[in-house]
Amino acid sequence: MPVLLEVKNLKTYFKVYHGLVKAVDDISYHIKKKEIVGLVGESGCGKSVSQLSVLQLIPTPPGEIVAGQIIFEGQDLLQFEANGDEMRSIRGGGIAMVFQEPMTSLNPVLTIGRQLTEGLELHLGMDVNEARNRAIELLSMVGIPDADKRIDDYPHQFSGGMRQRVMIAMALSCNPKIIIADEPTTALDVTTQAQLLELMTDLVSRFNASLVIVTHNLGVIARYAQRLYVMYAGRIVESGTAKEIFGNPRHPYTIALLNCVPRLDEEEGRKLVPIEGMPPNLLNMPITCAFKPRCPYHIERCGQDPWPDLKLIEGQHYVRCYVET
Amino acid sequence: MQRTDMTETPLHASEFRRIMKVLFSRGVVVFGIVVILALFVTAIFAPWIAPYDPYKLDLNQTLVQPCKEHLLGTDALGRDTLSRIIFGTRTSLMVGVVAVCIAASVGMTMGLIAGYFGRWVHAIIMRFIDALMAFPVILLALVIAVLLGGGLRNVMIALGIGLLPAYARLMCGQVLSVKENDYFLAGRAMGAGNLRIMFRHVVPNCFPPLIVLITMMMGLTILAEAGLSFLGIGIEPPGAAWGAMVNDGYQYLLTHPILSFAPGFAIMLVVFSFNMVGDGLRDALDPRLRGVL
Repeated sequence: MPVLLEVKNLKTYFKVYHGLVKAVDDISYHIKKKEIVGLVGESGCGKSVSQLSVLQLIPTPPGEIVAGQIIFEGQDLLQFEANGDEMRSIRGGGIAMVFQEPMTSLNPVLTIGRQLTEGLELHLGMDVNEARNRAIELLSMVGIPDADKRIDDYPHQFSGGMRQRVMIAMALSCNPKIIIADEPTTALDVTTQAQLLELMTDLVSRFNASLVIVTHNLGVIARYAQRLYVMYAGRIVESGTAKEIFGNPRHPYTIALLNCVPRLDEEEGRKLVPIEGMPPNLLNMPITCAFKPRCPYHIERCGQDPWPDLKLIEGQHYVRCYVET
Repeated sequence: MQRTDMTETPLHASEFRRIMKVLFSRGVVVFGIVVILALFVTAIFAPWIAPYDPYKLDLNQTLVQPCKEHLLGTDALGRDTLSRIIFGTRTSLMVGVVAVCIAASVGMTMGLIAGYFGRWVHAIIMRFIDALMAFPVILLALVIAVLLGGGLRNVMIALGIGLLPAYARLMCGQVLSVKENDYFLAGRAMGAGNLRIMFRHVVPNCFPPLIVLITMMMGLTILAEAGLSFLGIGIEPPGAAWGAMVNDGYQYLLTHPILSFAPGFAIMLVVFSFNMVGDGLRDALDPRLRGVL
């Protein structure tokens, strides 16, 4: 499958009063056509910032994309003006996003229909009636019953799960090539989570789109993602296929993450192991491995040399660590 | 982590009914609404309601005490006070409405631009607003009215400029808070342009507190107009304005107090009504008081 989006050495920094926050520090990844990719990490490790950077939606200032390339369909998106016409046509039309908070992602004063048709009118140049019919179609596609009636409802008349379905319909509306789902199920309860992920992966394959799932929940990823990127403190620390990472996790952080979620296939009575300590303050980061203070495996070299580069283990499996775990 | 409520009050149909219910459940608010409606009716139909021509001098009937023919007496030039108060309604409401429209439209536009674009745009606009705010409204309006010359039109412009900072600041603050919502980001992520986001996503969500401010400011504007016309700026004689009537009458305060008191009472009634309705609206639109009222 051809590569659809390639991010090379992306650096997004935030200049704040106390100094420089390197929210995304030199990350590279790619997404192939029709692929489902997971981006995993704790809160504040730069997952969302990296995804917002792709669409140039970083609040500037204080944020700034300092370096890197974002190549989408052969064009470097960073050469476009953040609010220019090219970038606007890519947002929604080429790459769409689903956000974390379904409760606030919809404008409370507009009907669902008016919000759904926005992109259709904007990117596909549909007239009001066409757009409305398409919007009804999309709503029933995401499983909203009585779509032709509910389309005139306001967001507060929808539950959280339904609103997230609307957000998915909105993201799909302009046939984007990539959908970025930024913690799409975090705000929902567990049963709804599963339904929504199922729906999303199903629709994405019907629309021939790729999907990026940003999450802190490895359980979410395990079932759906073909490839994974694990992020820590603004960097990718491990990447590979889901099989490689779940079967043979190599970075101590990935191992720790896996140890703190319960699994069905393990022996009874195993205690869940929390990760000691706190994620590092992204201000004044050391040049040495940022995970070292929390790492049970660290060796002398970890505190002296800068972070190692990503090292190929096998196949597509890369790890950023000195320790042979 | 589910938020059950928004920070703004959306104005949908069911919301509208609830707001009306809260609004009409309080006597003083209903009183205010009735007075305001009555005033508008009076202003529109003044020539039919007024018992006499407010401009006609009758030098045989000067300074008549209230009686059957002249319910509120006549002034030093023999003009019927009641008729002049009725015609003064036109002046007050016109100045109030026009000045508030100027202040609200210009102020809100400035606030919207400042809040939306942020950075140096915000800095320049808001520092200008702060500079305007440093002067008391009456003083500022006085200076502007003097610079532009007298006349009702210039008073409206002067008051419009004098009252604009309040709208600009409130709007700017509202925009800044609306910008924090995910739907703002979601709109941008769908590829909507600045104008579309401003007018579809930002402005409608900013409105509830501005509606309250507009109502409250009507009273303040009418009061400021009365103050200016008391000071002799604004409507030119023989035009009728409440403030000017208070001023004309106060030379006869000891013998004919009604000449100042009647227009003064009218001013008070209007300002009180607008403030009460504003108060009522504020409570009705406040999501924190939902369910309590």
